[in-house]
Amino acid sequence: MFFGAFFMLYVLGMSLESEQGFNAAAQMLTESFFAKLIAWGLVSALLYHFFAGIKHLVMDFGHCEELESGQKAAKATLVISAISVLLAGVWIW
Amino acid sequence: MVTSITSFGRSGLYDWMIQRVTAVALAAYTIFLMGYMLFTPELDYQQWKELFECTAMRIFTLLALLSLAAHAWIGMWSISTDYIKPTGIRFLFQSACGLLTFIYVVWGIQILWGV
Repeated sequence: MFFGAFFMLYVLGMSLESEQGFNAAAQMLTESFFAKLIAWGLVSALLYHFFAGIKHLVMDFGHCEELESGQKAAKATLVISAISVLLAGVWIW
Repeated sequence: MVTSITSFGRSGLYDWMIQRVTAVALAAYTIFLMGYMLFTPELDYQQWKELFECTAMRIFTLLALLSLAAHAWIGMWSISTDYIKPTGIRFLFQSACGLLTFIYVVWGIQILWGV
């Protein structure tokens, strides 16, 4: 994500620069296979990082730290992340 | 005796707290922006530009940008200290991450205020 953010900032800059830039960015994200692949990859990484991060914050408050509760929280995170990645896929593709 | 000079803060506890605080700021920004894009499917340039011209959004975006810089620095530092044992290579990696972080911050500010 850290190196991928480069693409996101580039597209953000392009989209705010001018009308043509905005249209170019919009067109790229709807038609270019490669751009959509990068976007989906980054959004998926972000979604997983987001849900795993929330799990960590929950654990910092002292929950889900035993063996079974920890495993359950980990599995839930994976399931929620997988679902959101698929939904993001539908949204992007 | 100071044992670490490349970490974000002086102590591990400080880095631990900063990473959590910036994570919450970044989570809020992510939810807002994704929600905004989901609920305005027919987004046009004028609306998008006006969003980033309003001061509240600029403050929120700069907060996210600076949070990203700190969050990423601490995260990448943790990764580098875990996996890159040779000091020379690790230092190069950390310097590259530091430079890229600085570039993101300046570039982000340019995008926000150079509009």
